[in-house]
Amino acid sequence: MAKLMEIEVNGKRYAVNYPPDTPLLHVLRDELGLTGTKYGCGEGQCGACTVLLGGAPRRSCQIPVSAVAAKPITTIEGLEKEGKLHPVQQAFLDAGAFQCAYCTSGMVMSSVGLLQTNANPKQEEIVQFLQGNICRCGTYPRIIEAVKHAAKLMQGSAR
Amino acid sequence: MKTIQGKFVAEPERFEFSAAPMHQFELQRRDFFKILGAGIAVFVVAKEALAAQETAPGSPSFHNEEPPREISSWLHVGEDGTVTGFTGKAEMGQNIRTSISQTIADELRVPFESVRLVMADTTLTPFDAGTFGSRTTPTMTPQFRRVAEAARNLLIGVAAKEWNVAPEGLVAADAKVADPSSNRSLTYGELARGKSLAQNLPAEDPVTPATEWKVAGKPLPKVEGRAFVTGSHQYTSDIRLKGMLYGKVLRPPSFGATLTSYDDSAAKAMSGVTVVRGGDFVGVAAPSAHEAQKAIDSIRTQWKEMPQVSSKEIFSYLIKNAEPTSNERFRHEEGSAEQGLSSAAHRLDATYNVAYIAHAPLEPRAAVAQWADGKLTVWTGTQRPFANRDELASIFHIRESSVRVIVPDTGAAYGGKHTSDAAIEAARLAHAAGKPVKVVWTREEEFTWAYFRPAGVIEVKSGVAADGRLTAWEFHNYHSGMSGIETPYDVANQLTQYHQVPLVLRSGSYRGLAATANHFARETHMDALARLVKMDQLEFRMKNLSDARMRAVLEAATKSFGWPRKKTQEGQGFGLACGFEKGSYVATCAELAVDRSSGNARVVRVAEAFECGAIVNPDGLRNQVVGAIIQGLGGALFEAIEFENGRIKNPHFATYRVPRFRDVPEIEAILLDRKDIPSAGAGETPIMAIAPAAGNAFFDATGTRLNDLPLVSNGLRAA
Ligand code: FES
Ligand code: FES
Repeated sequence: MAKLMEIEVNGKRYAVNYPPDTPLLHVLRDELGLTGTKYGCGEGQCGACTVLLGGAPRRSCQIPVSAVAAKPITTIEGLEKEGKLHPVQQAFLDAGAFQCAYCTSGMVMSSVGLLQTNANPKQEEIVQFLQGNICRCGTYPRIIEAVKHAAKLMQGSAR
Repeated sequence: MKTIQGKFVAEPERFEFSAAPMHQFELQRRDFFKILGAGIAVFVVAKEALAAQETAPGSPSFHNEEPPREISSWLHVGEDGTVTGFTGKAEMGQNIRTSISQTIADELRVPFESVRLVMADTTLTPFDAGTFGSRTTPTMTPQFRRVAEAARNLLIGVAAKEWNVAPEGLVAADAKVADPSSNRSLTYGELARGKSLAQNLPAEDPVTPATEWKVAGKPLPKVEGRAFVTGSHQYTSDIRLKGMLYGKVLRPPSFGATLTSYDDSAAKAMSGVTVVRGGDFVGVAAPSAHEAQKAIDSIRTQWKEMPQVSSKEIFSYLIKNAEPTSNERFRHEEGSAEQGLSSAAHRLDATYNVAYIAHAPLEPRAAVAQWADGKLTVWTGTQRPFANRDELASIFHIRESSVRVIVPDTGAAYGGKHTSDAAIEAARLAHAAGKPVKVVWTREEEFTWAYFRPAGVIEVKSGVAADGRLTAWEFHNYHSGMSGIETPYDVANQLTQYHQVPLVLRSGSYRGLAATANHFARETHMDALARLVKMDQLEFRMKNLSDARMRAVLEAATKSFGWPRKKTQEGQGFGLACGFEKGSYVATCAELAVDRSSGNARVVRVAEAFECGAIVNPDGLRNQVVGAIIQGLGGALFEAIEFENGRIKNPHFATYRVPRFRDVPEIEAILLDRKDIPSAGAGETPIMAIAPAAGNAFFDATGTRLNDLPLVSNGLRAA
C-alpha cells in the first residue's frame, strides 16, 4: 500500500506517496523527474544509480524510499552550484572521462563520496572504492585520471 | 533436439543484419525549409540516384520540388548563421557527433561550436542503413566534407553576386566571406538571409587532404559533454511524456515456450491497468512501474516448454549440425592446402572454441511510444532507426511515413541494439492503452531476451617449413561468422571456409563480429607455430607478412612494449597478436601475471598499436581504442553466457562478470596517423587482438595452452 512520506532531495523537501519498499531510484526518476540518476541493473551491481545519502554514496536501487526520510539526498542534479560545476564534474569533463556517458552520473557521485572522506586518494584506493561501478565502455583509466584531477581542483579551491 | 530460431534470421556469413532497401525520402523540399527556416542547403546524393535526376551533377537545382532520393547527408546554413548537419547515424558513445561536427567546421570554415548535428531521426535525417560495421567515419566524413565544401562555395557565390565581383578573389573563413581587395565581409548568416538555395552534388567530389585539416584531426572534447556530467542529457529511458504509462512484458520461462493457459482477471481488475495479449505476447501498461510489475505478477500462465541445447554441449552440437554448404561465398582456396600440408616440415592442427557473450550495454533496451492521429512516434536507442521504422510500419499496418523513430544519444550498444524489440513492445502497449508508454528492460531481460555474439568452433590445420615459412593454412569456422576470417599472412596454399549452423541462441552483431573469434584462433595458432619452429613471435610473423601496414603496427606495438621481454618474476608471461579488419590494423602486446596459489590470472600491461588511416579526432580515437581493449579483456578472460533448458543461467552482473576497475591493466595506445590514407572506422577492430595476446601470454607464463574463450572463466575469481 502506498504511504505518504517526506524526503529531502538536493535541499528541497518533497511529499511522496509510494509503497514503502519502492526503491528510492524509482521515486527519484519517475516521481521527481530527477533522471540523471540511472538504472543499470536494479541489483546493486553496477553503481549507475549512486546518490549521496547523508553525504555517503549509496545505491538508490537498493534503498527503500521509507528508509531515507531522515537523511538528505544529493543527486547528480544537486552538485552544480549557481551555474558552476562541482570540481568532480569539471574534472570528468576535462579528462573526457566518458564514452556513452551512461555510467557518468554514478561515477561522479561515487567519486564525490570518495573525495569527501579521502581528499587525496591513491590509485589503489580509487580502484577499491569504485570497484562497484561498471563502465561497460571501458573508460576506467580516464575516470581514475579524473578523480585525481578532481582531488587537485578541490584542494586548490580549499586553499 | 529442436533448434530455437530467433525472431529474425541473422545474415549468416557475418552476423551483421542486412541493410534495408533504400527508401524514398519523405520530406518535401518546402518542408525542409519550413522546419529549418530559410537559408542554404546542400545534399549529397549517391551517384546512381543522381543519374536519374534531371539536374546535372554539381549544378544548383533550385527547381526541384523534392529533395533527391538516396541522399545520405545534408547541411543547412540558417539565417542566424547556425550550421546544421543531418545524418541518419546514431551516437552511442563512439563520439561521432563530435568527429562529424569537426569535419563540417573544418570544411565550411566555421567555429566548431557553431555546428549542430541532427542524428538518427527518420523524419528529419536522410535514410541510413544503420550505425554498424565501422562505416560512419569512412562514409560520413567524406560526405560531410563534400556538402560543407559545396555550401561554402554557394555562400561565396552569393557574396560575389552581392558585391558584383568574381568569386575567385573571395575568401571564406571564420563563418564569413571576405573580399580582401575591398576589405568587405559578410557573415554566413547575412548571406543566407532571405534565401532558399539548395544544391545537390555527386558523392565523388574531391576532398581536402588530411594534411590540410584545421579543426578535424584535433583532440576536441565531446560535444555537449556538460549535459552528461550534470545528468541533464535525456537518454531514451529518461524521457517522460505527459500522461505516460509504464509498460512491462511477461516473459516466457524459457526460449520458445508457448502459452497453454492464461488468466489475467486480477490484472484487469486493477485500476488504470491495460492488459494486452496477442499470441504469446502478454504485456501491461500502468500508471507507475511498480503497478505494472504488480499487474504482470498477477497474471497466471502455464507454458509448454521444449528441450534445448545447453552451453555444456554447444561446441560438439555446432560441429554436428553444420549445414552442408556449396556456397562459394563461404569458401576461399588458393593453391592446394592438402599439398602444402603434406610437404610441411612441421604440422600443427588445433580446435578453438568461443563462447556466447552478451553486449550488456549499461543502458538496457528502452523505448517510449506515442500514437496521435494514427501516426506513431517512437524514441528508442537503436542502431537502425530506419529499419525499426519499417518494422513498426509493417507490424501495425501503417505507412512508413506514419512512423517516426528518434534515437536519443544512447547508453551504448556495441552491436547489440539492431533490433526493435522494445520499440514494438512500447508501441503495442501504447496503442492499446491510448496513451504514451515507456518500456525499459530490466538487466535480467537485457541478458536474456536481447541477442548474443554467437558461439563458434574453429578448426585449424597448418604446415610450416623448417625456415619458418608457412606452407599450408586451412581454417574452418563453424557458426561464429566470417569477419576477419582470411589470413593476412602470405601462404601459397590455403583453404578458408565458413560453415553455417542454424541458430541455437538468438544471435547477432557484436563489436568486431566474428573477427575476435577468428583472430583468437589464428593468432593463438601462430604463437604455437612460432614455438614449434623455435622462432621469436615477432620474427615469425614478420617472416610471413608482406603487408606494410600490418608490419608497421607490429613494429610500433612491440617497440612500445619492449618486445622481446625477459621474465623477471614467477608467473609472468608475454604475448603478441595482430590483425586487420574493416580497413584498419591492430597489433597488441600483453603482459599477464598468474598467481599460482590463487589461480588468478591478470593482464597487467598492454601496448596496442592501431592504424585507421587519417585520424579525425585523436582524443576520441584513443578513448575508443582503450575502451575496446578493456571491453575485449572481458570476452578474453571471463565473459560467457551459460544456458540450459532454454534459460540463461547467469543473467546478472553478479554472475556474468564484466571488466571492472581492478581488471584494468596499464595501457599504452599507439595511434598511427596515416594522413595519406582515407579515414576508416575505429569502433571495432581495436577489440580483436587482446584475446589472443592474453592467451599467448598465459601460455608463456604457464606452459598451458588455452584454446577456448573465455580463457580462464573458472580459474579466475573477482579479485
Ligand atoms: S542500478 Fe543500482 S547498482 Fe545498478
Ligand atoms: S561511458 Fe558508457 S558505460 Fe561508461
